[in-house]
Parts: sequence; structure tokens; C-alpha cells
Amino acid sequence: MLRSRDDKKTQRQKSEVWPMAKAHVYQRDHINTDEIIPARYLNTDKEAELAKHCMEDLDAGFVKKAKAGDVIVAGDDFGCGSSREHAVWAIRGAKVQTVIARSFARIFYRNAINCGFYLIESADAVDKIKDGDEIEIDYDAGVIKDETSKTKIQFMPLPDFALEIIRDGGLLDHIMKTSA
Amino acid sequence: MGMTITEKILARAAGVDRVVPGQLVDANIDVVMCHDVTTPPAISMLVEKGIDRVFDPDKIVVTPDHFQPAKDVQSAELHKRLDDWARRHGIKHYYKLGRAGVCHALLPEQGHIRPGEVIVGGDSHTCTYGAFAAFSTGIGSTDLAAAIATGKLWFKVPASMKFVLNGSLPPGVYSKDVILAVIGRIGTDGALYRAMEFVGPALAGMSMEARMTMTNMAIEAGAKNGIMAFDDTTQTYLRQHLKESTAYQVFESDRDAEYLATETFDCAKLEPMVALPHLPSNAVPIGQCAGRPMDQAYIGSCTNGRIEDLRLAARIMKGKQVAIRTLIVSSTPEVWKQASDEGLFDVFYSAGCVISAPTCGACLGGFMGVLAAGEKCVSTTNRNFVGRMGHPKSEVYLASPATAAASAVEGKLTDPRKYL
Repeated sequence: MLRSRDDKKTQRQKSEVWPMAKAHVYQRDHINTDEIIPARYLNTDKEAELAKHCMEDLDAGFVKKAKAGDVIVAGDDFGCGSSREHAVWAIRGAKVQTVIARSFARIFYRNAINCGFYLIESADAVDKIKDGDEIEIDYDAGVIKDETSKTKIQFMPLPDFALEIIRDGGLLDHIMKTSA
Repeated sequence: MGMTITEKILARAAGVDRVVPGQLVDANIDVVMCHDVTTPPAISMLVEKGIDRVFDPDKIVVTPDHFQPAKDVQSAELHKRLDDWARRHGIKHYYKLGRAGVCHALLPEQGHIRPGEVIVGGDSHTCTYGAFAAFSTGIGSTDLAAAIATGKLWFKVPASMKFVLNGSLPPGVYSKDVILAVIGRIGTDGALYRAMEFVGPALAGMSMEARMTMTNMAIEAGAKNGIMAFDDTTQTYLRQHLKESTAYQVFESDRDAEYLATETFDCAKLEPMVALPHLPSNAVPIGQCAGRPMDQAYIGSCTNGRIEDLRLAARIMKGKQVAIRTLIVSSTPEVWKQASDEGLFDVFYSAGCVISAPTCGACLGGFMGVLAAGEKCVSTTNRNFVGRMGHPKSEVYLASPATAAASAVEGKLTDPRKYL
């Protein structure tokens, strides 16, 4: 049986604007993959199943309160721990638009790029965005507009090689395109 | 300017003379490690994209371990997907139930790890193999799919940090205590994106098993890889374990290689360490936490489930009774057989332990000893995150096999030195 995937969704992230996306702020460092998707749910790789348990061991109410396009905001070292890409799939499956963090753990960051899922590393944004703020992200310009506090926050876009992978829809599509 | 061992191996794999930290390289992969959690989704991706192929069926090593023997119907389905794929492509080194083991213990033991090679695996603790002077790193399922199909991956060359381990370990202090002390000092992101290169006289006295305990936990400091130089101990181990392709290339760091930072440890002054919940970096000497009551002891995993770990635990438990639930989980069938032959299981049985088949089991909260709300487990594993071994309100205390065994006997965190 194949894992259900919706490639259009990953490509939509950059081009589609989610107005009034809500920020869910977790002012904590080292939010790890076991909290994002506990191993007791790793007996499946179906994104829709994983999404039901997104962030469960950090905030059991997350899935209920998050709506499509919302954003997770966190401290340093987000996604540390396991190499399970299920952590990215759970977040993407929960229709979270992106994660903004002070810094990301290496494998999680790489997995996200490989899945075509854009992450934002910005200490400034983490300092300024408050829980519940409504924000809008312009990925191409590298700007987060916080509608609640009426501030504009600039962020450094991903490096070119990562953008290429994301534009192609993920690593496998990128490889198929570049090796064709 | 010279190069580090990590840079030299990546340069070799990328087919260039030299590389510098930060450089992006396309590296040829020598070994791809596949297990039951992250490989089935990689297979599905390849099938879905119409590129269901393997770059070399002899260079892929497959072992189910996380949920093996299958813990429920869903994990049985994962195993079936792995099995169908391995058969379809004629994967040569496919360890099925009975010969399957915890991947990072199994691959070196079965002779799949050679110095100078680039090894990737769909598991974060793939950094273990760096103990053999190899570059190895953990990857997710998409990378795994790419590596399986093409035998290549892109890497950003990591800058290296040097960890100088001086002195020799006092009695009752083991490599697990050293790595907990290292992570305790630098933090869980203290080596983020870096290569952790371990050097120094304390390493000379360590077996390959003990060294692997250290490189295994490089990821717990955020590192891309952990690595150690080749020496006589490495050579002896390889002579005993390499089966088919016995040739390998030894690289070493140049004297003028550049390091981002150097951290020095006087191992002679170290004490048994315990990482308190909920981060591996919450490491304290046993004196600061002894006496805390525990509900369970777990001795096993890719960190400390090897034969010398079981010997050490048996030495402490011999003739005694455990005061709490205690699980002994051999990491591989060979370790299991050896422990049986050496009479260790008699010791464990008499002490009141349960002896498990090789599996990752409860280390990641899968099965075979998961914790209820409020329970505390002293464990020889590598992570003590919230919910790692079961209920989100349970607690995991990371320690050496000696500390775990002594704590099992007393039912509370215990300094193992009184039993040695």
C-alpha cells in the first residue's frame, strides 16, 4: 500500500497566501521529534493518521486548536532527536503552514527541505511574535507581517540549493528533474 | 591548511582533492542502512515516483529492529512492505527475524562497517559507525529513498569540533559516563551541524563496543557525525568481523587541520553520570541524584546492549535480586547467544530480570517495557525526552549498564562503585 501524499500541497506552501494565519507560540528550546510525533504512532506512515497526533506530547490540544495555515513558533533546536521524517509529515498533515524557530535541529531541517516544506529560521520573529498573533508570510520577499502587533519582520530566505529542491517539489522530484 | 578525517572522507567520496567546511558536495554512498520504521515510506515514495530501483543490492543492509518481532498489525504491515521490497530487489544483506538485530549493533558485528567509507542510515543514531574512522550520519526517509535509488547524497561539509579525552577511566566509570559528561557540558545543540572528533589517551583503553557507545550519542549533541581515529583496537575488531570485502582505506586528521573548538576532559576525574529527565544534557554525577526511587531498569539498545554491557550488568547482579522490574535486551542474536553461552542469562534469571529477544523495544517507547504515567526508569539507552519510553508523564534516567544494574538491585539510583 502506498503512503497517501498530496504533492500539490507542498508546492502550495510558497505560492498560496494564508490570510490570518494564527501563531502558536511555544517559548521552549529543544522541542524534539518524540514530542512532535511520539514513537507509539510510528507504526504507520500515513500523513493523515500522523497529523491526528501532531505535537501531542508537548500540547495535547494542538490539533484541535490549529486551523489550516496556522504557524508553529518555537525556540532553539526545534526537531532535535530522531531522524523520523514522520515529524515533518505530522506537521504538514496537520495543515501547518510552516514552523518559525530560532534554530532547527539538523536532520529535521534537512527532512523538511527534502519534503519541499519551507521552514523559517528567525530569532527576531520568535522574539516578536506573540501566541495568538495573526500573521501573513511572504516567502519570496522574506517578510512576516504580524497583523496583531502591526510589525513587519524580515527573515533570511533559505539558501539557493534548498530553494531549488523546494521549487521542484522535494528532493526526489529535484533529482528526477536534474538527472533527466 | 590541513584537513580533518571527516573532510578527507567526504572529499574521497565526492571525488575531489579537498573540501572545506560549508562546501556542498555530492558524495557516493558506500553503505545504506535500512530498518522497519523509516524505510517502508522511502520504498513507497520510490514506487510512487516510478523509480523503484536500488543503486546496488549488495551495498544496502536491511534489518527490522524497532518494532520487531512485530508488535501489532500495523508494524507487521511495515515489516511486510520491507520484506517484499528486499526480496523484489534481491538485497543481499537482509537480516530477517532470527538474525535481525538492533541496527547499529548489528552492522559492525556482521562486518558491514569499514574505515574511510560513507555510511548513511534511516536512523539518527547511524552516527555510531564513526567509531570505525568512517563518516556516518542519520537521514530521513526522502534522503533514504534518494540514497537507495542513486547511491549518492548531497552533504554540507561539517566543521569539526575536537574532544580531547585525557587520562584513563577510573573503576566504575565507563564510556557512557564520558559521553554523558560531554553532552552535559556542551548541550543538546552544542555540536549542531558539526563533526565531533574524539581523540586522546582515554580512547586507547576503550574497546570498539565502548567507543561505539560514544559516537552513538553524537546526535544527542546535535552533531552530523561522531568520529574516532583508526588504531590497533579498530584493526583487531575488523579482522574478527569483516567477512567479504576486507579492504579499506584509513584516513587521519592532519596536524594542522582546523577545528571550530576544542573541549578537553580529564577522564580520571569523572564519576558515574546520570542524565536526568528530560534531556540527555541534564547530566549530573551519581552523587547528586543517588537514592531517587525507580520503577524499572532497562539494559539494552544500540547504545549499551552489547556483550560487554551485559557482562557488566551480570557482574553486579550476580547472586542478588533486583528490587524493580528489570529488562535485559540483547542488541543482536549473536550477543544473545554469547550471553547465553557465558551463563549471563542464569544470573539475570536468578536475579529476577526478564530477558528479551533483540529489539529496539521500549527504548523508543515501542513495546517490551513501556512506562505508565508517573513511572521512572533507569535506562542504558540514549534519549530521555518527554514520553520517550512510554507515557508523557513517565521519566527516563540515562546511565551506564553498571549504574542501571546497581540501581535495579537497590530499586533506586545507585552508585555502581560499591558493587565493583
